[in-house]
Amino acid sequence: MVNIKLLKDIIPGFSFVLTTIFLLNSCNSSGKKKESSTNTNIQNVSKPVTKAELPPYLSEGKKVYRQVCLTCHQANGGGVPGLNPPLIKTDYVLGDKNTLLEIIIKGSEADLARDKSEYANVMQGYGMLGDEDIANVASYIRNSFGNKAEPITASEVAAFRSAIKK
Amino acid sequence: MLGNTQKLHDLITKFLFFILVLLAFSACRQKQEITEGRADLAISPDNAGIKVPDGFGVIKVADSLGAPRHIAVNSNGAIYLKLRKPIDGEGILYLEDQDGDGIADTKKGFADYGGTGIYVDDNYLYASSDEEIFRYKLNADGEVTEPYTADTLVTDLVAYRTHATKSFTLDGEGNIYVNIGAYSNACQEEDRTLGSPGVMPCAILDSAGGIWKFRADKFKQSYAEGKRYATGLRNVVGLDWNFKLNKLVVTQHGRDQLNTLYPDLFDQKTSANLPAETMYIINEDDDAGWPYIYYDHYQNKKILSPEYGGDGKKTAGENAIDPIATFPAHIAPNALLFYTGEMFPEEYKNGAFIAFHGSWNRAPEKQEGFLVAFVPFMNGKPSGEWQVFADGFAGLEEVFSPSEAKHRPTGLAQGPDGSLYVSDDSGGTLFRIVYTEQ
Repeated sequence: MVNIKLLKDIIPGFSFVLTTIFLLNSCNSSGKKKESSTNTNIQNVSKPVTKAELPPYLSEGKKVYRQVCLTCHQANGGGVPGLNPPLIKTDYVLGDKNTLLEIIIKGSEADLARDKSEYANVMQGYGMLGDEDIANVASYIRNSFGNKAEPITASEVAAFRSAIKK
Repeated sequence: MLGNTQKLHDLITKFLFFILVLLAFSACRQKQEITEGRADLAISPDNAGIKVPDGFGVIKVADSLGAPRHIAVNSNGAIYLKLRKPIDGEGILYLEDQDGDGIADTKKGFADYGGTGIYVDDNYLYASSDEEIFRYKLNADGEVTEPYTADTLVTDLVAYRTHATKSFTLDGEGNIYVNIGAYSNACQEEDRTLGSPGVMPCAILDSAGGIWKFRADKFKQSYAEGKRYATGLRNVVGLDWNFKLNKLVVTQHGRDQLNTLYPDLFDQKTSANLPAETMYIINEDDDAGWPYIYYDHYQNKKILSPEYGGDGKKTAGENAIDPIATFPAHIAPNALLFYTGEMFPEEYKNGAFIAFHGSWNRAPEKQEGFLVAFVPFMNGKPSGEWQVFADGFAGLEEVFSPSEAKHRPTGLAQGPDGSLYVSDDSGGTLFRIVYTEQ
């Protein structure tokens, strides 16, 4: 009982805060820059509500994906029948982390060419990308397009690189 | 004497009149037969989802065919289809319509290899794998009765991962013209690789990236027995012999990835719209310029490829031929057919139908070109802009990835009555477009 009453008290208060945020925001966007310091505080308050559930590799990985992967593998990760392989629910994306890292870093000519009639286009290696970018994009494709698999960390990318150098 | 001449004259007049009546009657009858034939056709009430111009209708001849690539219709109206991959060991299908409604009733198959090319004439069926071209004898009914005794006409053509399919056509004088696609996007040292320079001269052109000519009556020919008929063609999937011009006409798939390979020179939007897909009339020993140039249909110029020092503006390829028609970038012309039938209205006669497979290299822009286009021809040249003839194959208003498209036009063939057949290697459907008005 007490809890419910408390909640009832909080809700109007919460709405008030939201309204204030909204008003302050619109104030800010209409050009009154002098309130920027207060505004920063308010954005920090609202941050946990909007961003907590999404790990950073999704947004960071998506940036890399759009830059280097999307043309061939397409916005939906479906690839192009006969030309570029899909990234959806496949072993080489969801299985062993090193399988995926090898394709990203060294390209696909060697590995996916097993059935040459299946996917005609070669993929270059993207070893010139940094460990962080590779970890983000690998984690992004392992957790997009309906995929779900453990993300890959930058230190795992670094470990893989030094392993293949040996 | 005079009486006799008069009699003869009368007789001739009567005879001529009789002939005239007979002619008129038979013409009448022929017309009636054609009309009756069309009345029996099971035209789909919604044209099978395909948009065609007024007066045309669409019949769904068959579906669930796997991935039919090129198609050929023989003189009795039965249809041969080449499958990209054999199904249950059958890479060529033979469809027949027994009751005249246009819908296939029986299906037979043979040939245990996949491929794209197929062609039929009065005596033989020709079909290609990615390395070879075979010939099968037809019986009086236009059927292959001995599928295991095919003649190998051409063998040992190069086939790697990229552009491996061997489209071909014949000229009616015993010659075969086969596309050997370049196994590369733009002849970079490392294919499709950022920063990799173009090979100079491009060694691929020795055995690919052009059209090779062989005899249709000699066996086991390869490069030594054939002739490089034209070069500098990246990949030709659609080609046809134009009997009016007595020349080969081809459609080329233009290069990909200007933005992903040269992000400093081309933004994503420019890359989605360049270069043009092109149509060429081919004369012996022509060079269309690949990989050194591509065709920019906005500037109407042959532009030096960035792999060879180009910047999107520098022109090159002074000795390379110009296209006779251009189309939007990346939409993949997969079949070309010059229409010689009597069924369609006059403006279609001798014009070119082109089956476009639809794009992938426009991403992140939306994909385009899942359609059959038409280019009107007069005196052996295009006489107007290309137009959409049949559309709606994708089954979606907007396509962002080709894997979403329901149907992708791949092959074209003309039936003995002048119908236009369209194959779809994505949904596995065969369509037949007919003109329904008199």
